[in-house]
Amino acid sequence: MHNTIRDVAYKGEISMRKVVTRLVTAAFLGCAFVTGAAVAQDSATPAAITKGGTLNLIVQPEPPMLIVGLNTQGPTLYVAGQIYQSLLTYDKDLKPLPQLAKSWEVSPDGLTYTFKLQDGVKWHDGKPFTANDVVFAATEFLVNAHPRWRLIREAYVESVTAPDDLTVVFKLKKPFSAFLYGFELSSFPIMPAHIYKGTDYRTNPANATPVGTGPYKLKEWRRGSFVHLVRNEDYWKKDQPYIDDLYFRVIPDAASRAIAFEQGTVDMLRGGDVEGFTINSLSSQPGIQTTTAGWEYFSPQMFLQPNLRLEVFKNKNVRKAMYHALDRDFIVNAIFFGQGKPSTGPFAESMLFHDPNIQQYPFDMDLAKKLIAESGVDLSKHPIRLLGLPYGSSWDRLTEYVKQQLEELGFVVSIQAVDAGGWLQSIGKFDFDLAFSFLYQFGHPAQGVSRIYYSDNQVQGTHAGNNGGFENAEVDALFRKAADALTDAEAAAAYTKVQQVLAEEVPILWIFDMKNTTIYRDKVKNPVRTAIGLNEPMDDVWLSKK
Amino acid sequence: MQFIKRFSQNYGAVLGLIILAAIVFLAVAAPLLYPGNPWKTVGMPLLRPLQDAKFLLGTDMLGRDIAAGIAHGAKVSLLIGVVSTLVAVLIGVTIGAVAGFYGGRVDDILMRFTEFFQIIPTFAMAVVLVAIFSPNFISITLAIAVVSWPSVARLVRAEFLSLRQREFVQAAVVIGQSGPRIILTQILPNAVSPIIVTASLMVATAILTESALSFLGLGDRNMMSWGFMIGAARTMLREAWWMSFFPGFAILLAVLAINLIGEGINDVMNPHLRGRKQ
Repeated sequence: MHNTIRDVAYKGEISMRKVVTRLVTAAFLGCAFVTGAAVAQDSATPAAITKGGTLNLIVQPEPPMLIVGLNTQGPTLYVAGQIYQSLLTYDKDLKPLPQLAKSWEVSPDGLTYTFKLQDGVKWHDGKPFTANDVVFAATEFLVNAHPRWRLIREAYVESVTAPDDLTVVFKLKKPFSAFLYGFELSSFPIMPAHIYKGTDYRTNPANATPVGTGPYKLKEWRRGSFVHLVRNEDYWKKDQPYIDDLYFRVIPDAASRAIAFEQGTVDMLRGGDVEGFTINSLSSQPGIQTTTAGWEYFSPQMFLQPNLRLEVFKNKNVRKAMYHALDRDFIVNAIFFGQGKPSTGPFAESMLFHDPNIQQYPFDMDLAKKLIAESGVDLSKHPIRLLGLPYGSSWDRLTEYVKQQLEELGFVVSIQAVDAGGWLQSIGKFDFDLAFSFLYQFGHPAQGVSRIYYSDNQVQGTHAGNNGGFENAEVDALFRKAADALTDAEAAAAYTKVQQVLAEEVPILWIFDMKNTTIYRDKVKNPVRTAIGLNEPMDDVWLSKK
Repeated sequence: MQFIKRFSQNYGAVLGLIILAAIVFLAVAAPLLYPGNPWKTVGMPLLRPLQDAKFLLGTDMLGRDIAAGIAHGAKVSLLIGVVSTLVAVLIGVTIGAVAGFYGGRVDDILMRFTEFFQIIPTFAMAVVLVAIFSPNFISITLAIAVVSWPSVARLVRAEFLSLRQREFVQAAVVIGQSGPRIILTQILPNAVSPIIVTASLMVATAILTESALSFLGLGDRNMMSWGFMIGAARTMLREAWWMSFFPGFAILLAVLAINLIGEGINDVMNPHLRGRKQ
């Protein structure tokens, strides 16, 4: 099989790292058991890979469907990531890597992106995958069904064409520095044109039998019990994938999921499958590996959003005081059991262009009270409602804690008890005072960060826009400048400046960068390789037979 | 005097009374025993009972004092139990009395209405009501009252049906007393003992219902209650048993005490059972 230079370079880099790791492993053989967690996943030579076996996983909650073009919720992505693919994926430093595109070129003016596709790729039904499928996804399917791609296409994309079967050309109206960061599974899933073209995508009967290009095919989906995927014998990577069967089991209760893992019914737990304190007790057991890698692309950040349309939150000193009143180390360690890291600002730490050297707001109740006194606002005259996220016990504790801290500051706080629908409704209609929320940052600030602050992005019905009503012309201008930048240096300068301005304004209280821990048994090798973690096709994952 | 003497002969009832008095004392004295807000972090998180002498029953995952939570929760549990029972008795007695006294079509309409409430599983209905009216003290109290009045109504109606035929009621009718006056001054005083017995047991059920609602996260999020404490601690049962054990034990004691007292009152007030304990 013919490999491109880029492909070879990528593989070369991996094997170099493996050599180094092996040396390190040998040198520290005595304590290998202790340090094993960090190196074990890379320490195997390709020759040692064993084929076959069954990998048991958990999907929580059960996905509504597996058609990732129509639904990009976490559980759907997790299972469908083995069935569908996109053009690119990203390494843990958010550098683009080939997937269905084997190479790509960007013209110097930043307006033309040319992707060369892998050859010999077949859909699960045997039809060849071609550039027409990519054009169909970009101009028809995703425009109709995908919220993020639709916005990018409207704002930036002039045309998408297929000069030949293995080449796709995107022409842009104006440069977009984040363009190359929007081609992984959740942002740009490629759907088969020969099945969907000219049909109503949502009601197409083929939705029950997903057809992708990925390493696994759907064998059986027993609702409420499991999704069973089997090896795609015609996968375009020769001899891959290694594992024969994947079972995604549905276990609705967190404690039962933990027990299933302890008993060996499942081999791997994804972030969010079990509660934070269970992660700590599970990871201390022998034969278990953990990693927080594989979420760099998403970089979820949790924040407290004041509704800036309210008089009391218009005062900058009040917002700063609230920020100082929260002990974010306590929140991360005591409430979320270490599953995170206090945020240093509007960009998550693992994001591109993150700048830690901006104004910080450490926990300081005295300073907070002083700021309130300076603000001259009588907080007791402004009773506020605190809208918590209904995602489990840690979130409930967080709401209780923040209420306490704000009441110590002089606020009168009542907690609004809502379910997930109620939360979305309140925040989507801007009918909230102070709300918890978290958002993915999607690999690039122009995709996942600026949307929270653009003055003109105050759209109702979603939680992922500028729901707080922040309006600042300088911030708007800086974000636009960075998005239109031709070089990274230009973008970086604008992003650094915008982080400084936002840190001074505090339109949102950035609480912490969420960490998701993947827990797996020793026998699972190589599960997390890229910035999209477990959504990545598991064509490089194998099971050792020890 | 006769009442107290007979009641005190029932040792179970006396024990219940002592326990309940202790709980009432705890509820009343909570602001003195544990001043300040029970939601406040006061110590290290997850201290075991007696690990720190300051926190007799340990602390929860946010470092809140479990003992303070139980003391403040007692007030909430008792208040909701008593208030919702009073409301339920008020509704139940009114409907039952009118239905039993007037009979005929009025009775038919009111009893079909009562049955409408009886055929819906009570807890499911309480959950729905609280969810619709957003959880707070008033909606929870009313929801519990709404689901528990039908049994009172049926009981009162039965009492009224039988008392309605007695000579003293016939006499009152003959001398021209009005319906409401007969209900209130003639029949009701004679039907009061079964009502008291039922009501005392209903308080226990109401406390349980409130705890169950809070356990499911449908409690008033601004009030500390026993059910809430168990619900919050439930996920950490294996790591920190004391967080759910003590509030659970408090519910057990309160419900047991009220049941014992109810039983005692029943023995005293029911003439057929007089002398059962001798």
